Amino acid sequence: MRSGIFAGLLLATVSAATAFAQGAPIKLADVAELSGGGATVGNNWKNGIDLAIEEINAKGGVLGRKLEVTHADSQSNPGVARAQVQKALDNEPYVLLGPGYSGSVKVTSPLAAEAGITQIMGGEAAELTQGGNKFLFRTSFGQQSSMPKVAKYINDELKAKSVAIVWVNNDFGKGGRDVITKEFAKYNIKVAADLSTEAGQADFAADVSKIKAAAPDAVFVYLNEEESARILKELKRQAVAAPLVGETTLVGQKVVELAGDAANGARGHVGLTTDAPVDLVKAFREKFVKKYNYVPDHNGLKGYLAIYMVKATTEKMGKVDAKKFADTLHGLTIKAASEPGILMDVTFDEKGDIDRQGFLVEIVEGKQVVKQVLPKLN
Amino acid sequence: MSNLLDLLVAGLATGAIYALVAVGFTLLWQTSQTINFAQGEFVMLPAFLMLAVMHAGAPFWLAIILGILLSLLLLGLGFKLLLVDPMLRHGVLPLAIATMALAIGMKEAVKQFFSAEASPFPSIVPVGDVWILGRVVSLQSLGVLALAIAVVIGLTALLNRTSIGHQMQATAQNPTVARIIGVPVERMILLTFLINAFLVALASLLITPIYLAKFSSGEVLGQAAFIAAIVGGFNQVRGAIAGGLLIGVVDNLAAAYVSTQYRAAVPLILLIVIILFRPQGLLGRPEERTV
Repeated sequence: MRSGIFAGLLLATVSAATAFAQGAPIKLADVAELSGGGATVGNNWKNGIDLAIEEINAKGGVLGRKLEVTHADSQSNPGVARAQVQKALDNEPYVLLGPGYSGSVKVTSPLAAEAGITQIMGGEAAELTQGGNKFLFRTSFGQQSSMPKVAKYINDELKAKSVAIVWVNNDFGKGGRDVITKEFAKYNIKVAADLSTEAGQADFAADVSKIKAAAPDAVFVYLNEEESARILKELKRQAVAAPLVGETTLVGQKVVELAGDAANGARGHVGLTTDAPVDLVKAFREKFVKKYNYVPDHNGLKGYLAIYMVKATTEKMGKVDAKKFADTLHGLTIKAASEPGILMDVTFDEKGDIDRQGFLVEIVEGKQVVKQVLPKLN
Repeated sequence: MSNLLDLLVAGLATGAIYALVAVGFTLLWQTSQTINFAQGEFVMLPAFLMLAVMHAGAPFWLAIILGILLSLLLLGLGFKLLLVDPMLRHGVLPLAIATMALAIGMKEAVKQFFSAEASPFPSIVPVGDVWILGRVVSLQSLGVLALAIAVVIGLTALLNRTSIGHQMQATAQNPTVARIIGVPVERMILLTFLINAFLVALASLLITPIYLAKFSSGEVLGQAAFIAAIVGGFNQVRGAIAGGLLIGVVDNLAAAYVSTQYRAAVPLILLIVIILFRPQGLLGRPEERTV
């Protein structure tokens, strides 16, 4: 009996010693759009995060410590996102992940900066990284990087002289609309119609009627994924023949799934796509589909990359140091050759913006087809 | 002007669906003094029932049949026996609050067991275009409009030209007298609930291909149909139909000619104006109250 107790104590001591040697798990906090209008964004993001963590932990973790993440639902509501981020920061995470909506990032980033915690997010509004926040990092291009490419494509390739703009009336949509309008002015492209829509809008019949009446050479659609799908269906219903151009949210996998045939012919610039002609991206896609049984959109890639940003930065520092994390990530180039999880060579500038390859895609028979690979700038 | 035709057809198509849902409001109110604030969610659920059947491997037509049968069972029979009957004895207000709770429960259940994300839903009406007055008009809009109108005509015929319809109307007008003259009141009330379940299932089948299947999709629809029922006249089926069509058209015209940003406010303004000048609704009849 006594020997049994002794053996138990010995085992417990050995286990504790092993755990101490490995270190406690590295705590990450994720706040994402798991329900509400951005559920597609948030759930893809979450699944990408979980996949990356599973992979990293299976190989021994980061500096011998496992990664551990808690997910919280912002309900696609900036107010809820702010409360969830505050709650997450109270638990002193190593890094904050998310949210995906620009409006939610805008109201939560001051909280993370005040706590000195790095926030790796999915928002694309141009203004997010323009305010000097040293703790905020993107996983995708900001609008200031992507919109000039879209405008150039509309001018050079489509030779459009007038464009109808449809945008969602939130920080994301307004940011994109403002940047692309300035870009159009540089090319003397006339804005034939400037239509703001609401997040979660179900009926686009009136908006599309206005587009038809304006008879533009092209239509620039900048809405969230679900609304993009709805307007694509309505554009097809009302037989709008002008080319439909957008950014990632118009030609994402979920949009194609929801819009069906109506998505065919839509084209746009995407910073990330699982159809990219990149071997590591293809491998990611296979792993994701095997685990979740569906093809992710760019948000799945963004979540996955966020975790490998954490891994690469921590290994660069050689220690788990939340306070120095942001300093290390600024100016850091992560090479896919040394960290395959990052998928493509990537560089983060002093504002937290990202530089890497981009893609021009078109939806052909329900699939994204990459028409052009745009190189990394630096 | 040519744009107006597109807007009218699309508005009438959406309005016809509002009308189907609004008719359910009036039927339940007339026969059992029930205001079902979960009516929007009642439209949302059948689409998910049909999707669940399809995910099990059944073809679309079978999913439609099973979806409608399940809707009759859950949203007609189940709703009456499990919620309305036990709650109604406590008064209309507790029942109305219970239906609000039901709406939340239905949304959360679908989100939990299906998905928070939107799902595509096949269209019963073929996608394509037809030419009318020199304009391309969506076949889907016309199909939705035609089907909805056919159902409304069928329902009106049932109510006005059949013995069952007359018994239902008698039940709605005065259940006590109806019972005295031999009308099976309880059966008529149950039939009303089943008709409402059929109407919401049909509305779900028509609107979901356009709006997509999503747990929260009933919110907008329920609100629009409720406004339509009040605008048209809460105690008249023909009022609900007129109200639905009117809200659909006004909403579309407001978005096109006033502002997309303020479109949600326009039906509410219409509602306030109607209530101020004609409290019983456009086609409703004034109800006297004895004190």
